[in-house]
Amino acid sequence: MGTEKTKTDLLPGTLDMLILKILVRGHLHGYAIAQLIQQLSDDLLQVEEGSLYPALQRLELNGWIEGEWGTSANNRRARFYQLTADGRKHLAAEAARYRRVTGAVARIMGFA
Amino acid sequence: MNWRRFRRRLRYWLHQGERNRLLWEEMEFHIASMVEDLVAQGVPEAEARARAHRKFGNMTHQSEDSRSTWIARWIGDLAQDLRHSFRGMRRDAGFTAFTILIAGLGIGASSTVFSVVNALLLRPLPFRDPGRLVWISNGDDTTSSQTEHYSDLRELNRSFSGLAGWNAFYFPGDRQLTGAGEPERLTTVAVTGNLFTLLGVDPAIGRWFTAEECQGKYSAPPAMLLSDRFWRGRFDSDPSVVGRTLTLNNRPVTIVGVLPASFDFASVFAPGIPVDIFIPWPLNDQSKPRGNTMKVIGRLKPGVTVQGAQAELTTLGKQLTSAHPERNPIAPVLTPLAQRVSARVAPALFVLACAVGVVMLLVCANLSNLQLARLGARQKEIAMRAALGAGRSRLLRQMLTESVALSCCGAVLGLVLAMAGTRTLAHLRGFNLPLLESVRIDGSALVFTLAAAVGSGVLFGLLPAWRVSALSLAGELQDASRGSSGGKRHAWIRDALVVCELAFACVLLIGAGLLMRSFLRVLDVNPGFRPERAAALRVDPSFRIASFAQQNSFIDDMLHRARSVPGIVAAGITDVLPLRDDRSWAVSGVGQVYEKGYQPEAFIRVVSDGYFEAAGIPVRSGRGFTERDRSSSERVVVVNETMARTLWPGRNALGERITTDGGRRVVGVVADVRHTALEAAGGLEMYLPMRQTGDYASMQLVVRTALPPDTLAAALRTALRPLDPHLPVREFQTFQDLVDKAVSPRRLLALLLSGFAAFALALASLGIYAVISFSVSQRVQEIGIRMALGASAMDVQRRIVFRTLGLSAFGLASGMAAARLLSRGLGSLLFGVTSGDPVTFVATGALLTAVAAVAGFVPAWRASRMDPMVALRAN
Repeated sequence: MGTEKTKTDLLPGTLDMLILKILVRGHLHGYAIAQLIQQLSDDLLQVEEGSLYPALQRLELNGWIEGEWGTSANNRRARFYQLTADGRKHLAAEAARYRRVTGAVARIMGFA
Repeated sequence: MNWRRFRRRLRYWLHQGERNRLLWEEMEFHIASMVEDLVAQGVPEAEARARAHRKFGNMTHQSEDSRSTWIARWIGDLAQDLRHSFRGMRRDAGFTAFTILIAGLGIGASSTVFSVVNALLLRPLPFRDPGRLVWISNGDDTTSSQTEHYSDLRELNRSFSGLAGWNAFYFPGDRQLTGAGEPERLTTVAVTGNLFTLLGVDPAIGRWFTAEECQGKYSAPPAMLLSDRFWRGRFDSDPSVVGRTLTLNNRPVTIVGVLPASFDFASVFAPGIPVDIFIPWPLNDQSKPRGNTMKVIGRLKPGVTVQGAQAELTTLGKQLTSAHPERNPIAPVLTPLAQRVSARVAPALFVLACAVGVVMLLVCANLSNLQLARLGARQKEIAMRAALGAGRSRLLRQMLTESVALSCCGAVLGLVLAMAGTRTLAHLRGFNLPLLESVRIDGSALVFTLAAAVGSGVLFGLLPAWRVSALSLAGELQDASRGSSGGKRHAWIRDALVVCELAFACVLLIGAGLLMRSFLRVLDVNPGFRPERAAALRVDPSFRIASFAQQNSFIDDMLHRARSVPGIVAAGITDVLPLRDDRSWAVSGVGQVYEKGYQPEAFIRVVSDGYFEAAGIPVRSGRGFTERDRSSSERVVVVNETMARTLWPGRNALGERITTDGGRRVVGVVADVRHTALEAAGGLEMYLPMRQTGDYASMQLVVRTALPPDTLAAALRTALRPLDPHLPVREFQTFQDLVDKAVSPRRLLALLLSGFAAFALALASLGIYAVISFSVSQRVQEIGIRMALGASAMDVQRRIVFRTLGLSAFGLASGMAAARLLSRGLGSLLFGVTSGDPVTFVATGALLTAVAAVAGFVPAWRASRMDPMVALRAN
C-alpha cells in the first residue's frame, strides 16, 4: 500500500506540499486553504476544487493532517484541518526535496 | 506507518456511507463560502451560485474522486457489478439455479478427484524426508528377501544410512489375544527394531523396541507396540496401557508403546489389511519362518542417488548370491518409496483426472452457451447500459463478474458435494488402495476449488463477455427493433460450442464404455471356484496344537459339526482364501533339475478334505483329499492343471512325485484358481492335505450352502461353540465378498467414469436442445413463411432435425478421433477389450446420435405446430 500520488499539473507532490505549508498557520477549512494558496501566490496558483478534496483525503489517510468538525467564522459547520507531527516531518522532507529539484531545474535553464 | 494507514483505510471503508455524507457536507460548505465571497464582491446571488457550481464542477464526480483515495475505484465497481449480478440472478432464478447446479456438480467432481489425487499422488508420504526412502524388492516386485541377505546388505552397503524390514508373511488375525475381555484375533507384523526410526516416526506414547527385545524368539515376542487404531478401539485410548502385559497366543507380552495416529503402516505398505500390533523380529532366531520372508526399505544417505545405490546393491547382490549357494538368490531392485506406493493407482487416477477435466470443459461450454442464449434476451438491457455511458471494458468486466459470481456460488455447492464425496471414499473399507483413508478436503483442495471456480467462471464468461463488448450500440438497437436474425452472424459460435460439447461427451462415453466393458469381462472370468453360496469362517483353535493327533481330531470334529448343520452341502478347511493371501515355494518333480533362478514356484494351499467341493474347485483327474490322508498315511499332493503341465509336460501327472516338502505323490489334478487377481492367471498351485502338515498360519472353514450363506452364520457358530468356547468366530466372509473386494477398485473407476459420462451426455443433449430451440425461435418468421407457402410440418421438422444431426455428426467425428487417440492411454486398465473396441465406439455413436435427434426433435416438433399466421405476426 504505497503513498497515494497527486494528480495535479503541478510538479508531483507540490499541491500536497502547499497544503501542508498553509496548514502550518493553524486550523483551516478546505475553502480557506484554497483561498490562501491563491492569495499568497498573487492569484497565480488556482487550486482546482477537483484536486483539493482528493488531496485532503489523501493527506489525512497518510496521517499527515487531521480533520475535525468545527464552526466557521460565519457560524456554519465546517471541517478544519490541522498538521500532525508526521505531517510536519513530511513537509520538511518535501520542502528539501522541492528545493533540490527546482534548484536543479533552474541551473539547467540558466536562471541561477 | 503502513499498518496505521491500512487501519485508517479500513476504518474509512467500513464507515464509507458516513464519510461520504460528511464529504458532501464539506463540499457544500465550500460552495456556500464561494457564493458568499462572490456576493460580497457584488455578484447577484443566483449568478454567484451558478458560477460557484460551475467552478466546483460535478459534485458526484468530485466525491467519487475523493473517495477513490480510500477505496480503489475497482472495488466500488466490483461491488456494483456484484449487486447487479445478484439482482440479475434473482430475476432469472431458473437460469441461476441451473447454472449453479451444473457448475456445482462439475466443481464438486473436480474437487473430489483432486483430493484423491492429492492424497494418493501429490502429498508427500507421512514420514520424515520421504524423498530419500526407497523400496528394495528382490527381483520382481512381489518377491521378498531372505533375512540373512538383509543382514549382510545392511553390513556391507555404503549408500544407505539405514535399512529396515518387516515380515511380509503376516495374515489378518494371525495372533490371538486372550485374557481380559473378549478374545480377539489380531493382525501382527514383525518388524526390525529400527523400522520406525528409519521412517522418522516418533511413538505417541512409550518407546520403540530395545536391542534386547529384538533378540529373543520369534514365536514368543517379549514386547509389542500398538497401532493407533487398535489402541483406540480396544483400550479407549487409555495412555496407561503402556507397561501392561497382555496374553498373545498364550504368552505374556508387554506393551511398550503406541504408534502415532499419523502413522498408518497398512495404508502405505499393505493397503486393505489394517495392522493391530507390531512385534520385534529376532533375525538370528533359527526357529523363525525361513525363506524369502522380508520386505526391505532403506534410507539413502544424503547425496546418494537411487541409480548409484542400485548399482552398488546390484554388485553386492551378485557377490552374496555366489558366496552363499545355500541361500535363495538375491537381486535387489530399488524404487523410490513414493513411486512404489502410488505406482498401482497412478494410471487410474490419471484417467480420472483427465475425465473430470473433460467434464469441466463440457460444463464451461454448456454454461457459455447458456449465457450466450441469455445474452439474446438481454440485448436491450445491455444496449441501455451502453447508451447510459458504460464503457466497453466495463461491460466486459460486468459479464465476467457475473459468470465468476455464478461459478463461485456453484463452488459452494461443489464443496459440499466434494466433502460428501471424499468422506464416502475415505470410509470405503477393505479397499486395497494405499492412503485412501487420508482422502479429505484440506487446504490445498480448498485452493483448488477456488481456482476451479474462478477459472471456470472466466472460461465460460469469456465468450459472452467478448460478444458483449463486440456489440455495436447502433447495430444492437437495430437488431432489437427488427428482433429477428440479429444473432445469426454469431450463430456459428454456439454451433461450435455444441460440437465441442458433443465431442467431449463422446470421449467420456467411450472411455466409460471401455472401462465398463472391461469390468464386465472381469466379472465374466472363470475364477476357478464358484463364489456363489460359498463362505469362509476363521476357526483357528484358541489353544496351542501340540500334536498331529490333537490337530487331526480337532479337524475331524470341526468338519463333522459343520457338515451336520442343516443347509450346509459341503465343508472343508483351508489356510488361505482365494484373492486374499498367498505364499509360494520352489517346486520340482523327482529327477528334475533346474538352474538356479529358473526353478518353478508354486503357490501353496494347505486344505482338508471337502475343501474342493466347498469352494467349488473342479477335480480334473485323480481324486481330492479324503479323511484318510493323515500323518500316518502316504504323503500326497494335489496340483493344478498349470503345475501338472509345467512339471510334466505331455504326461499324466497322476502318480508322479515331487521333491518339495519331503517328497509327495500326486494323487489329483484340479482346475486353476485365479488366486492373486481375477485378471491374472493363477500360476502353479499345489494343495497339501492339512492332516499331513502343521505348516500353515490360519484355519478357514469353508462351507457351501444350499441357502444364502448369511442365513447360516448363526447356526454354524452355535454348532462350533462346543468345540472351543474361546473360538473368536466373528468374521464370516462369503466368497462373493472376496470377488467383490477384488474387483472393487475397477468397479469404482468404471462407475465414476460412467457417472461422468452420464452427466456429460445430459449436458450435451441440453446444449443441443438449447441451440436448436434458439435457432428455431430466431427463425420463427422464416418458418412461418415457409409454412404459409405450403411447406408441411414434416418438411419443417426434417429440416431442423437434419441440422441437429449435422451438428452431432461433426461432434461425433471429432470426439471419436480424440477418443481413439486417448483410449490408448487406458492401457493396463482395459481387460478383454482393445482400446479401439468397435462395440463401444458404435454403441456410443448410436447413443449420441439418438440423443441428439431427440434433443433436436422437440423444438422441431414445436416449430411445426406453430400457426403460420401467428408466427408471421410475431414481433
